[in-house]
Amino acid sequence: MAERIHGDVARAGEAPAPRRRRGAHPTPGDYVRIAVILGLVTAAEVAVYYLEAVRPILVPLLFLFSFLKFTLVVLWFMHLRFDSRTYARFFVMGLAGAVTLYVVVLLSFGVFGR
Amino acid sequence: MAEAALEAHGGGGAHPETSTGLPHPKLAMWLFLASDCLLFGALITTYVLYRGRSVTGPYPADVFDIPYTSVSSFVLLASSLTMALGVNAISRGDEGRMRVWLLTTAMLGTVFIGGQVYEFTTFFTEHGLSLQRNLFGSTFYVLTGFHGAHVTIGILMLLSLVAISLARRFPTPDHHQPVELVGLYWHFVDIVWIVIFTVVYLIPTPNPPGA
Repeated sequence: MAERIHGDVARAGEAPAPRRRRGAHPTPGDYVRIAVILGLVTAAEVAVYYLEAVRPILVPLLFLFSFLKFTLVVLWFMHLRFDSRTYARFFVMGLAGAVTLYVVVLLSFGVFGR
Repeated sequence: MAEAALEAHGGGGAHPETSTGLPHPKLAMWLFLASDCLLFGALITTYVLYRGRSVTGPYPADVFDIPYTSVSSFVLLASSLTMALGVNAISRGDEGRMRVWLLTTAMLGTVFIGGQVYEFTTFFTEHGLSLQRNLFGSTFYVLTGFHGAHVTIGILMLLSLVAISLARRFPTPDHHQPVELVGLYWHFVDIVWIVIFTVVYLIPTPNPPGA
Protein backbone atom coordinates (compact mmCIF):
# COMPACT_ATOMS: atom_id res chain seq x y z
CA MET A 1 0.00 0.00 0.00
CA ALA A 2 1.64 3.20 -1.07
CA GLU A 3 0.86 6.52 0.52
CA ARG A 4 1.46 9.55 -1.65
CA ILE A 5 2.13 12.96 -0.19
CA HIS A 6 3.33 15.54 -2.71
CA GLY A 7 4.95 12.93 -4.89
CA ASP A 8 6.82 11.20 -2.03
CA VAL A 9 5.96 7.53 -1.84
CA ALA A 10 6.51 5.16 1.07
CA ARG A 11 5.32 1.57 1.47
CA ALA A 12 4.16 -0.20 4.61
CA GLY A 13 7.07 -1.67 6.53
CA GLU A 14 9.63 0.58 4.83
CA ALA A 15 11.12 3.91 5.77
CA PRO A 16 8.61 6.17 7.56
CA ALA A 17 6.43 8.26 5.33
CA PRO A 18 6.39 12.01 5.77
CA ARG A 19 3.51 12.97 8.01
CA ARG A 20 0.59 14.88 6.65
CA ARG A 21 0.11 17.75 9.03
CA ARG A 22 -2.87 19.96 9.76
CA GLY A 23 -5.47 18.72 7.37
CA ALA A 24 -5.65 17.92 3.72
CA HIS A 25 -3.58 18.81 0.67
CA PRO A 26 -4.21 22.43 -0.37
CA THR A 27 -6.78 22.93 -3.10
CA PRO A 28 -6.56 25.49 -5.93
CA GLY A 29 -9.04 27.56 -3.88
CA ASP A 30 -6.61 27.56 -0.94
CA TYR A 31 -3.83 28.81 -3.22
CA VAL A 32 -6.02 31.60 -4.56
CA ARG A 33 -6.95 32.65 -1.01
CA ILE A 34 -3.26 32.74 0.00
CA ALA A 35 -2.45 34.77 -3.12
CA VAL A 36 -5.22 37.27 -2.26
CA ILE A 37 -3.79 37.64 1.26
CA LEU A 38 -0.30 38.15 -0.21
CA GLY A 39 -1.68 40.80 -2.55
CA LEU A 40 -3.45 42.60 0.29
CA VAL A 41 -0.32 42.56 2.47
CA THR A 42 1.73 43.95 -0.43
CA ALA A 43 -0.86 46.69 -0.92
CA ALA A 44 -0.65 47.46 2.82
CA GLU A 45 3.16 47.60 2.57
CA VAL A 46 3.00 50.17 -0.22
CA ALA A 47 0.26 52.13 1.58
CA VAL A 48 2.22 52.48 4.83
CA TYR A 49 5.23 53.65 2.81
CA TYR A 50 3.22 56.77 1.90
CA LEU A 51 1.61 57.33 5.32
CA GLU A 52 3.38 60.03 7.31
CA ALA A 53 1.59 58.97 10.51
CA VAL A 54 3.38 55.60 10.66
CA ARG A 55 6.90 56.95 9.85
CA PRO A 56 8.24 56.27 13.38
CA ILE A 57 7.30 52.58 13.14
CA LEU A 58 7.70 52.20 9.39
CA VAL A 59 10.74 49.89 9.41
CA PRO A 60 9.41 47.35 11.97
CA LEU A 61 6.03 47.44 10.23
CA LEU A 62 7.61 46.72 6.83
CA PHE A 63 9.66 43.87 8.30
CA LEU A 64 6.50 42.44 9.86
CA PHE A 65 4.67 42.51 6.52
CA SER A 66 7.69 41.04 4.76
CA PHE A 67 7.97 38.23 7.34
CA LEU A 68 4.27 37.47 6.97
CA LYS A 69 4.53 37.19 3.17
CA PHE A 70 7.73 35.13 3.38
CA THR A 71 6.12 32.70 5.83
CA LEU A 72 2.92 32.32 3.80
CA VAL A 73 4.84 31.50 0.61
CA VAL A 74 7.15 29.02 2.35
CA LEU A 75 4.40 27.25 4.28
CA TRP A 76 1.72 27.11 1.56
CA PHE A 77 3.20 27.54 -1.90
CA MET A 78 6.41 25.63 -1.01
CA HIS A 79 4.32 23.10 0.98
CA LEU A 80 6.53 23.08 4.09
CA ARG A 81 3.37 23.06 6.19
CA PHE A 82 2.37 19.72 4.68
CA ASP A 83 5.69 18.07 3.75
CA SER A 84 8.19 16.15 5.82
CA ARG A 85 9.87 18.13 8.59
CA THR A 86 13.24 17.08 7.14
CA TYR A 87 12.82 19.58 4.29
CA ALA A 88 11.98 22.30 6.79
CA ARG A 89 15.09 21.44 8.82
CA PHE A 90 17.30 21.70 5.73
CA PHE A 91 15.86 25.07 4.77
CA VAL A 92 15.72 26.56 8.25
CA MET A 93 19.32 25.46 8.83
CA GLY A 94 20.49 27.53 5.83
CA LEU A 95 18.19 30.43 6.54
CA ALA A 96 19.06 30.66 10.24
CA GLY A 97 22.76 30.33 9.42
CA ALA A 98 22.54 33.13 6.88
CA VAL A 99 20.51 35.43 9.15
CA THR A 100 22.84 34.85 12.13
CA LEU A 101 25.99 35.35 10.07
CA TYR A 102 24.84 38.56 8.41
CA VAL A 103 23.31 40.08 11.56
CA VAL A 104 26.70 39.57 13.22
CA VAL A 105 28.38 41.25 10.21
CA LEU A 106 25.97 44.20 10.35
CA LEU A 107 26.42 44.51 14.13
CA SER A 108 30.21 44.43 13.70
CA PHE A 109 30.01 47.38 11.31
CA GLY A 110 27.60 49.25 13.60
CA VAL A 111 24.91 49.47 10.94
CA PHE A 112 22.01 49.35 13.42
CA GLY A 113 23.38 52.30 15.35
CA ARG A 114 23.66 54.60 12.33
CA MET B 1 14.18 -11.90 -7.86
CA ALA B 2 13.85 -9.71 -10.91
CA GLU B 3 11.03 -7.88 -9.21
CA ALA B 4 13.18 -7.30 -6.15
CA ALA B 5 15.96 -5.92 -8.35
CA LEU B 6 13.50 -3.63 -10.07
CA GLU B 7 12.20 -2.47 -6.70
CA ALA B 8 15.75 -1.78 -5.54
CA HIS B 9 16.29 0.44 -8.57
CA GLY B 10 13.03 2.22 -8.12
CA GLY B 11 11.23 0.45 -10.91
CA GLY B 12 8.18 -0.14 -8.81
CA GLY B 13 7.86 3.30 -7.26
CA ALA B 14 7.97 6.95 -8.06
CA HIS B 15 11.56 7.25 -6.84
CA PRO B 16 14.33 4.91 -5.74
CA GLU B 17 14.10 3.77 -2.14
CA THR B 18 16.28 6.07 -0.04
CA SER B 19 17.76 5.96 3.44
CA THR B 20 15.59 8.89 4.49
CA GLY B 21 12.35 7.63 2.95
CA LEU B 22 12.26 10.88 1.00
CA PRO B 23 13.22 11.59 -2.61
CA HIS B 24 16.80 12.81 -2.66
CA PRO B 25 16.36 15.24 -5.58
CA LYS B 26 13.87 17.14 -3.44
CA LEU B 27 16.19 17.08 -0.42
CA ALA B 28 18.98 18.32 -2.69
CA MET B 29 16.77 21.15 -3.95
CA TRP B 30 16.00 22.25 -0.38
CA LEU B 31 19.72 22.10 0.42
CA PHE B 32 20.47 24.21 -2.66
CA LEU B 33 17.83 26.75 -1.62
CA ALA B 34 19.34 26.86 1.87
CA SER B 35 22.74 27.60 0.32
CA ASP B 36 21.17 30.25 -1.92
CA CYS B 37 19.96 31.97 1.27
CA LEU B 38 23.64 32.55 2.05
CA LEU B 39 24.29 33.99 -1.43
CA PHE B 40 21.40 36.44 -1.31
CA GLY B 41 22.09 37.13 2.37
CA ALA B 42 25.58 38.28 1.40
CA LEU B 43 24.26 40.52 -1.38
CA ILE B 44 21.50 42.05 0.77
CA THR B 45 23.94 42.58 3.65
CA THR B 46 26.38 44.34 1.33
CA TYR B 47 23.59 46.63 0.12
CA VAL B 48 22.55 47.44 3.71
CA LEU B 49 26.18 47.96 4.75
CA TYR B 50 26.67 50.65 2.07
CA ARG B 51 23.22 52.27 2.39
CA GLY B 52 23.47 56.05 2.51
CA ARG B 53 27.25 55.96 2.04
CA SER B 54 27.42 57.09 -1.58
CA VAL B 55 29.35 60.35 -1.82
CA THR B 56 27.89 61.23 -5.23
CA GLY B 57 24.39 60.88 -6.66
CA PRO B 58 22.07 59.67 -7.87
CA TYR B 59 20.65 58.39 -4.59
CA PRO B 60 17.83 55.85 -4.13
CA ALA B 61 15.21 58.54 -3.54
CA ASP B 62 16.15 60.15 -6.88
CA VAL B 63 15.59 57.05 -8.98
CA PHE B 64 13.08 54.71 -7.36
CA ASP B 65 9.54 54.62 -8.70
CA ILE B 66 7.64 52.78 -5.95
CA PRO B 67 4.27 52.41 -7.78
CA TYR B 68 6.07 50.90 -10.78
CA THR B 69 8.07 48.44 -8.66
CA SER B 70 4.92 47.58 -6.68
CA VAL B 71 3.26 46.43 -9.90
CA SER B 72 6.33 44.27 -10.65
CA SER B 73 6.02 42.76 -7.17
CA PHE B 74 2.35 41.94 -7.77
CA VAL B 75 3.30 40.28 -11.06
CA LEU B 76 5.91 38.07 -9.36
CA LEU B 77 3.48 37.17 -6.56
CA ALA B 78 0.88 36.24 -9.17
CA SER B 79 3.46 34.01 -10.85
CA SER B 80 3.88 32.11 -7.57
CA LEU B 81 0.14 31.44 -7.57
CA THR B 82 0.18 30.13 -11.15
CA MET B 83 3.23 27.98 -10.32
CA ALA B 84 1.43 26.45 -7.32
CA LEU B 85 -1.59 25.77 -9.55
CA GLY B 86 0.71 24.09 -12.10
CA VAL B 87 2.17 21.78 -9.44
CA ASN B 88 -1.36 21.08 -8.19
CA ALA B 89 -2.51 20.21 -11.72
CA ILE B 90 0.28 17.67 -12.33
CA SER B 91 -0.23 16.14 -8.88
CA ARG B 92 -3.76 15.34 -10.10
CA GLY B 93 -2.32 13.97 -13.35
CA ASP B 94 -3.67 16.85 -15.47
CA GLU B 95 -0.67 17.49 -17.71
CA GLY B 96 -2.53 19.75 -20.14
CA ARG B 97 -3.57 22.16 -17.42
CA MET B 98 -0.07 21.99 -15.93
CA ARG B 99 1.37 23.22 -19.25
CA VAL B 100 -1.06 26.15 -19.30
CA TRP B 101 -0.11 27.20 -15.76
CA LEU B 102 3.63 26.77 -16.38
CA LEU B 103 3.42 28.88 -19.54
CA THR B 104 1.45 31.53 -17.62
CA THR B 105 4.13 31.50 -14.91
CA ALA B 106 6.88 31.87 -17.53
CA MET B 107 4.97 34.75 -19.12
CA LEU B 108 4.56 36.56 -15.78
CA GLY B 109 8.25 35.99 -15.07
CA THR B 110 9.09 37.49 -18.46
CA VAL B 111 6.93 40.54 -17.68
CA PHE B 112 8.84 40.94 -14.39
CA ILE B 113 12.21 40.69 -16.17
CA GLY B 114 11.02 43.12 -18.85
CA GLY B 115 10.10 45.54 -16.06
CA GLN B 116 13.53 45.14 -14.52
CA VAL B 117 15.26 45.77 -17.86
CA TYR B 118 13.13 48.92 -18.33
CA GLU B 119 13.95 50.05 -14.78
CA PHE B 120 17.70 49.52 -15.25
CA THR B 121 17.58 51.32 -18.61
CA THR B 122 15.74 54.29 -17.10
CA PHE B 123 18.15 54.51 -14.17
CA PHE B 124 21.10 54.49 -16.55
CA THR B 125 19.88 56.78 -19.31
CA GLU B 126 17.86 59.30 -17.28
CA HIS B 127 19.81 59.37 -14.02
CA GLY B 128 23.27 58.20 -15.09
CA LEU B 129 23.27 55.42 -12.48
CA SER B 130 25.82 52.85 -13.62
CA LEU B 131 27.52 49.97 -11.85
CA GLN B 132 30.62 52.12 -11.28
CA ARG B 133 28.90 55.43 -10.51
CA ASN B 134 28.64 55.06 -6.72
CA LEU B 135 28.19 52.53 -3.92
CA PHE B 136 24.42 52.57 -4.38
CA GLY B 137 24.73 51.72 -8.10
CA SER B 138 27.22 48.89 -7.46
CA THR B 139 25.28 47.20 -4.66
CA PHE B 140 21.85 47.78 -6.21
CA TYR B 141 22.69 46.42 -9.66
CA VAL B 142 24.58 43.40 -8.31
CA LEU B 143 21.77 42.43 -5.91
CA THR B 144 18.82 42.95 -8.26
CA GLY B 145 20.85 41.66 -11.23
CA PHE B 146 21.56 38.36 -9.44
CA HIS B 147 17.87 38.09 -8.62
CA GLY B 148 16.95 38.82 -12.24
CA ALA B 149 19.40 36.12 -13.38
CA HIS B 150 17.68 33.64 -11.05
CA VAL B 151 14.27 34.57 -12.49
CA THR B 152 15.62 34.16 -16.03
CA ILE B 153 16.99 30.70 -15.20
CA GLY B 154 13.59 29.87 -13.69
CA ILE B 155 11.83 30.92 -16.91
CA LEU B 156 14.16 28.68 -18.94
CA MET B 157 13.43 25.77 -16.59
CA LEU B 158 9.67 26.34 -16.92
CA LEU B 159 9.85 26.43 -20.71
CA SER B 160 12.03 23.28 -20.66
CA LEU B 161 9.39 21.51 -18.55
CA VAL B 162 6.69 22.47 -21.03
CA ALA B 163 8.86 21.23 -23.94
CA ILE B 164 9.63 17.97 -22.09
CA SER B 165 5.94 17.49 -21.35
CA LEU B 166 4.99 18.08 -24.99
CA ALA B 167 7.66 15.62 -26.13
CA ARG B 168 6.50 13.16 -23.44
CA ARG B 169 10.07 12.78 -22.18
CA PHE B 170 9.75 13.22 -18.45
CA PRO B 171 12.81 11.61 -16.85
CA THR B 172 10.84 9.86 -14.10
CA PRO B 173 7.64 7.80 -14.20
CA ASP B 174 6.24 10.31 -11.70
CA HIS B 175 5.91 13.54 -13.70
CA HIS B 176 5.08 15.43 -10.54
CA GLN B 177 8.60 15.54 -9.10
CA PRO B 178 10.51 17.63 -11.70
CA VAL B 179 7.64 20.13 -11.79
CA GLU B 180 7.62 20.34 -8.01
CA LEU B 181 11.39 20.93 -7.91
CA VAL B 182 11.16 23.79 -10.40
CA GLY B 183 8.20 25.09 -8.38
CA LEU B 184 10.31 25.19 -5.21
CA TYR B 185 13.00 27.14 -7.05
CA TRP B 186 10.43 29.58 -8.45
CA HIS B 187 8.82 30.24 -5.06
CA PHE B 188 12.27 30.77 -3.57
CA VAL B 189 12.96 33.47 -6.17
CA ASP B 190 9.65 35.03 -5.10
CA ILE B 191 10.54 35.08 -1.38
CA VAL B 192 13.92 36.63 -2.17
CA TRP B 193 12.08 39.41 -4.01
CA ILE B 194 9.77 39.89 -1.00
CA VAL B 195 12.87 40.71 1.07
CA ILE B 196 14.52 42.84 -1.66
CA PHE B 197 11.34 44.88 -2.20
CA THR B 198 11.20 45.73 1.50
CA VAL B 199 14.90 46.28 2.21
CA VAL B 200 15.92 48.01 -1.01
CA TYR B 201 12.81 49.86 -2.18
CA LEU B 202 10.50 50.53 0.75
CA ILE B 203 12.83 51.27 3.67
CA PRO B 204 13.81 54.90 3.07
CA THR B 205 17.51 55.59 2.61
CA PRO B 206 18.66 58.94 3.98
CA ASN B 207 20.65 61.05 1.54
CA PRO B 208 24.12 61.99 2.84
CA PRO B 209 24.46 65.50 4.33
CA GLY B 210 24.73 68.17 1.66
CA ALA B 211 23.24 65.96 -1.07
